[in-house]
Amino acid sequence: MPDINSLNDLVVQVRRDILRQVHRVNSGHPGGSLGCAEFFVALFQVLMERNETFDMNGHNEDLFFLSNGHISPVFYSVLARSGYFSVDELNTFRHINSRLQGHPTTHEGLPGVRIASGSLGQGISVAIGAAEAKKLNNDAHLIYTLCGDGELQEGQNWEAIMYAAGHKMDNLIVTVDYNGQQIDGSTDNVLPLGNLRAKFEAFGWTVLDITDGNNLEAIIQGMTEAKELTGAGKPICVLLHTVMGNGVDFMMHTHAWHGKAPNDEQLEIALAQNPVTLGDY
Amino acid sequence: MKKYIDTGKKDTRSGFGAGLTELGKTNENVVALCADLTGSLKMDEFKSNHPKRFFQIGIAEANMMGIAAGMTIGGKIPFTGTFANFSTGRVYDQIRQSIAYSGKNVKICASHAGITLGEDGATHQILEDIGLMKMLPGMTVINTCDYNQTKAATLAIADYNGPVYLRFGRPKVANFTPDNQTFEIGKAVQLQEGSDVTIVATGHLVWEALLAAEVLNEQNISAEVINIHTIKPLDTKTIIESVSKTRCVVTAEEHNYYGGLGESVSRVLAKSIPTHQEFVSTNDTFGESGTPAQLMEKYELNADAIVKAALKVIARK
Repeated sequence: MPDINSLNDLVVQVRRDILRQVHRVNSGHPGGSLGCAEFFVALFQVLMERNETFDMNGHNEDLFFLSNGHISPVFYSVLARSGYFSVDELNTFRHINSRLQGHPTTHEGLPGVRIASGSLGQGISVAIGAAEAKKLNNDAHLIYTLCGDGELQEGQNWEAIMYAAGHKMDNLIVTVDYNGQQIDGSTDNVLPLGNLRAKFEAFGWTVLDITDGNNLEAIIQGMTEAKELTGAGKPICVLLHTVMGNGVDFMMHTHAWHGKAPNDEQLEIALAQNPVTLGDY
Repeated sequence: MKKYIDTGKKDTRSGFGAGLTELGKTNENVVALCADLTGSLKMDEFKSNHPKRFFQIGIAEANMMGIAAGMTIGGKIPFTGTFANFSTGRVYDQIRQSIAYSGKNVKICASHAGITLGEDGATHQILEDIGLMKMLPGMTVINTCDYNQTKAATLAIADYNGPVYLRFGRPKVANFTPDNQTFEIGKAVQLQEGSDVTIVATGHLVWEALLAAEVLNEQNISAEVINIHTIKPLDTKTIIESVSKTRCVVTAEEHNYYGGLGESVSRVLAKSIPTHQEFVSTNDTFGESGTPAQLMEKYELNADAIVKAALKVIARK
């Protein structure tokens, strides 16, 4: 495992990548992306067992599915900085003829992406399918997926949550980006999620909370615990308590930056709060 | 005229079940998923032969489509089974994003398509599914005509890499195509050679087209009958060659006029050889309860309707 300081440097660089991607095309979703920077770095740099080269079938490696596809800027940045493609390609985010579509897709053959997502609520189902295939193939590796908290308002999730427990999908770890915000406001105002822990538990899942979901060490510790709980007949849900817009003071604790890009001046302020570490693309 | 023998009425869904059973033995990557309709879809034998490769999803079709998409990642070839209504309209966005746009090798197998589902009525009788599915980029759309062809199609789509919609039905209908035929995706089958009118039919209407051709023959009208089992990609060459000879066409399908085979044929002809056309189809309507035969008669989806349409289009030449 890389040391925690270099991982934190990577997080800062990922934040810069997110901000610069969305600023360049004046579109995209910085808020949720920033809130999950630490999670993606921990997942791809520490937690997942990954093969060197990308293969769609992903035999003998852990797989990740992004359900809330709108946080593509953080996904693309961490994929690129984990070696799936050149970081220079981040320049093409949301441009015409790019593999880095507004929402992730397999359609343009971008390494690291195994399913299209963007229309919400579909990722857990897909992850279950991949987890069933792992079991059929006697492949003991794990399936990870991330979904938004507001995304749980989509009914398909609850079909999937019921299935995963009923079919003992114990090679599946679903993480919920629990930031309490969605496009129109807080989840409490738009449609209250209620007690998510109790809901998952009632469906038969093992639930863990990572209360400081923007702290790398807390994430690594919590997710390592989640990994240790796999293989025991129950799917695992991690409630990752994050702050939307984390790392940029004026973007934090609000839904305002869910789907809005910073202007030139705002970008300058945001980047100044996150000085270059590994080098910009 | 060629003579076609009904070797005994069988349901097309049983052809699917027989094909799936055979695939279970010959292709270990084939897995089957069902949303609480195992008996209706004739998936019982596969389930009993390969319990670990059969997945009972419950009444949750959206989840089934997502799980099927995910199973392809790992090399599986998922066959989903439920009624046509719940295989398409109910789960359109799941198919669109997780299967079609993602280019996943899922076989969406849909029984009880069309009005011949019968007594359950319009909530279950989808007449829009061909249109929904053919609009999806990269989706192959197949609508088979009898038991033998449905079995052959089921085997063939396992060997094709890409998303497929396979549409079949509930009632027992004439079984007249060859046993153990080779099914070629996208290749139309000329059943009768004729010179006065081309009848392009799909699904349950193919047998009706053959009956209609016999009636027309008695009136000294020579009808060419083409079985279009693959609506997308459409065998444009066979259609254009036939229409170049007959100069008029009747399309026949158990589906709405909007979005069906007839529109696909019109598009092809408009671009190359504009031709008089009549449509045997439902006309922007929902179905209702009744026996399949009653419904086919009321909604003019039978041999009589095809004969009338043929006479009408010939008169327009």
